Amino acid sequence: MTIRISRRGATAAMAIVSALAFSAPFAASRSPALAGEEVNIYSAREPELIKPVLDAFTAETGITANVVFLNKGLAERIAAEGRNSPADVILTVDIGRLDEVHSAGVTQPVSDPQIDADIPAQYREPGGNWFALTTRARVVYASRERVAQDAITYEELADPKWKGRICTRSGQHVYSIGLFASMLAHHGAEATETWLAGVRDNLVRKPDGNDRGQAKGIYSGECDIALGNTYYVGQMMTNDKEPEQKEWAAAIKVLFPNTADRGTHVNVSGMAMAANAPHRDNALTLMRFLASDEAQRIYAEQVYEYPVKPGVPPSELVASWGTLHADTLPLADIARNRKAASELVDKVGFDSGPAS
Amino acid sequence: MTASIRMLLGRRPGLALAAAAAIALAGLPIAAILVIAARGSADGTLTHLAQTVLPGATATTALLMLGVGAGTAATGVSAAWLVSAYRFPGRRLLEVALVLPLAMPLYITAFAYIELLDFTGPLQRLIRHVGGYTSVRQYWSPDIKTLPGAVFIMSSALYPYVYLTARIVFQMQSAAAMNVARTLGRGAFGAFWHVALPLARPAIVAGVTLAMMECLNDIGAVELLGVKTLTFAVFDTWLNRGSLSGAAQIATVMLAVVVGLVVAERLARRRRRFDVSARTIEPPRPMRLRGWHAGSAILACAAPVVAGFALPAMLLVDYASRRLGMLASPALQSALVNSLSIATATAIAAILAALLIAYAGRLSASPATALLGRIAVLGYAVPGTVLGIGVLIPLAAFDNWFDGQMRSMFGIATGLLLTGSGAAIVYGCTVRFLAVSFGTIEAGLGKISEHMDMAARTLGRTMGQTLADVHMPLMRKCIATAGLLVFVDTLKELSATILLRPFNFETLATLVYSTTARGAYEDAALPALAIVAAGIVPVVLLIASADSADLVRATPETVEGDALRA
Repeated sequence: MTIRISRRGATAAMAIVSALAFSAPFAASRSPALAGEEVNIYSAREPELIKPVLDAFTAETGITANVVFLNKGLAERIAAEGRNSPADVILTVDIGRLDEVHSAGVTQPVSDPQIDADIPAQYREPGGNWFALTTRARVVYASRERVAQDAITYEELADPKWKGRICTRSGQHVYSIGLFASMLAHHGAEATETWLAGVRDNLVRKPDGNDRGQAKGIYSGECDIALGNTYYVGQMMTNDKEPEQKEWAAAIKVLFPNTADRGTHVNVSGMAMAANAPHRDNALTLMRFLASDEAQRIYAEQVYEYPVKPGVPPSELVASWGTLHADTLPLADIARNRKAASELVDKVGFDSGPAS
Repeated sequence: MTASIRMLLGRRPGLALAAAAAIALAGLPIAAILVIAARGSADGTLTHLAQTVLPGATATTALLMLGVGAGTAATGVSAAWLVSAYRFPGRRLLEVALVLPLAMPLYITAFAYIELLDFTGPLQRLIRHVGGYTSVRQYWSPDIKTLPGAVFIMSSALYPYVYLTARIVFQMQSAAAMNVARTLGRGAFGAFWHVALPLARPAIVAGVTLAMMECLNDIGAVELLGVKTLTFAVFDTWLNRGSLSGAAQIATVMLAVVVGLVVAERLARRRRRFDVSARTIEPPRPMRLRGWHAGSAILACAAPVVAGFALPAMLLVDYASRRLGMLASPALQSALVNSLSIATATAIAAILAALLIAYAGRLSASPATALLGRIAVLGYAVPGTVLGIGVLIPLAAFDNWFDGQMRSMFGIATGLLLTGSGAAIVYGCTVRFLAVSFGTIEAGLGKISEHMDMAARTLGRTMGQTLADVHMPLMRKCIATAGLLVFVDTLKELSATILLRPFNFETLATLVYSTTARGAYEDAALPALAIVAAGIVPVVLLIASADSADLVRATPETVEGDALRA
């Protein structure tokens, strides 16, 4: 009998605890779609990086921006949510991801004279299914001490003179895939495979870490040159919380590859309107704002990316590394070659490190 | 099969139906992944993979699993045995501390080791200082970004799974069996090796299985360590080649291998029983250690705590101390509340589901029921994001269907009822960590003699009453352990939470992730410490408050003594 009573007591206690535990997440999730002036953003960009721009947007328009950050499965989620999806605007990085949301059918075309005037044609999908907002160059970080030359080409990275001197992150990372896809578009499969195998054999170690880690590799003397995105250099140089990173950045110089010929490979971050956007007008207001001078300047000054809008200059810090002469290869060509590039990385065993 | 269904349905179908519902709900996301895999076209994805990465990735994964399996088993079992069978100074403290690595997210441990052993870390600083070097090329230092490094890190972080399950069983074991062994001339080690260890096998296997499944589902730590497991192939195929079905196919093959391993282990111990059914259970009497024996025991128990907890925690504290201002941020506080709510709800759901499924397996003699239940709890062997997709697709489909029905019948739009709320996260995490609660609860259930069931049934209890009145009180400690493990795992869970959470809903883990995603690991230190702190409280409470004698006192005499047939 005593067992029975205690069991009831336990059940009651459990019910109370569960009710409390379940109610919190439900309460927190009161659908933002029901409230007033709001816009819902599905973002593959890190919240910290877009916060300054969104704060400025809210200050100017009074529209609250709700953000959910997810960098894997974004297209799958919107597709699964279907017509009930709360997503208004999609923010993402990499041409591959923009192309993916478009081909997954979770975007809708936007035709707006103001946005079209702000963003050059080469940086938007012809149907208006996505727009690039910033560009970032995939550059070479070179040791100030141990590398004398001030110009370089991507092709040259396969030159045996760099043997045991190159560091990079995984060949399967989107940034690497974008670069390799551009090489495929320029040189074809056979030449790119030879090139990639050459770069692999010049590596110090198997690819690992992130772009900052490669700069650290140069600082430590492990390697002499590395591949990395431009904005990380700006972020390291201004990192007051971990001042040590300023030293890493000080150990490197930024070389813009292929400046003398076809130009440096650039990738983009961008935006798209979700197919079933419940706040279409607010979404359009946000997209116009993101393409405007004000937002473009914030991107340039605080995130160290290159604005796509002509006439908005990069930050002084970024400009101090030299002038970016960007490869004019259409972004669509890069997107098309991504799958082949990813397979090539596997084929040459790029991520296993030097074979010889 | 029909006999078992009849037996299950019997006169009281409630329990059977509940168990069937639990299996169906747990299996749904896995079924969704299988459907995605089956939908794949023959676009050569698998052929390409088979020719390039799969052989190497399979070997790496197998070696990692073997290494981590051996590492966690050796560490977890020896620590559990030392704190259970011996008394030495500091034993109580170490007994609790040995669980602490559980509170540390695996990718944080990996990150901490990389930092500590890196060029700018303390070890290399010291080497440079002593040797007067300036460049990393002038000296040797250990490289943690290797397969052996990954085995070390993952073993240090995951051994508590084995320690916890093994410790309970060692403390539940009757001293009588050990005494018999000693009387028959075995030494202390012989009695451990030939009696205690074999009797604890199901519990140890349950713990080791969890650690090994973690090798399959982890992407965070292996990515940092550059160890190319099969999970890499899953993500590359999905994200870089746009083939979700190809990714699901690889995940399915991984799942099949896990099912094969689990079934093989079950077959190997078929017809053996591990229950305790002595007429009275004499609590094990720990032996006092002195001198260098006590010293080595302290060392053996302290080393895993230092490796799996103290070192990474030190680094976090160092980073966090420069960012204490974040403590006041409302974002951190609401994330803490969200994390605790989700983890509590998930722990309760995972306990209930595991009890039902394990109990159905106990009642039904049919291997088919057992296998179904077993497959249903395999969510842990799937990479979290892929499992998240498996949760998302059926749930969102239900939401849209329900919304359509409500609109057409009542003109009410319900929108995304489940996927738009925290419910989807709780469901996803429950499915993901069901293996954790199931393994612990099943091992505990196996310790209770079936004669107890028979007695209860003879005395007029239904199966449901038997579970509630007899088994659950006997398994209090098991259930608490299972709940705790799921609670802590859910606190750390990331991949599924990221995919399934609604707007403006951050947990501690997603806060950590959103900063690490931009490469600023330092900024993640404070929320990471908050995860650790939130996980430590229940861990310490559980171990410190549960007197091992509890269980023994709670064990009533069985109807009939039964010789141990191990």
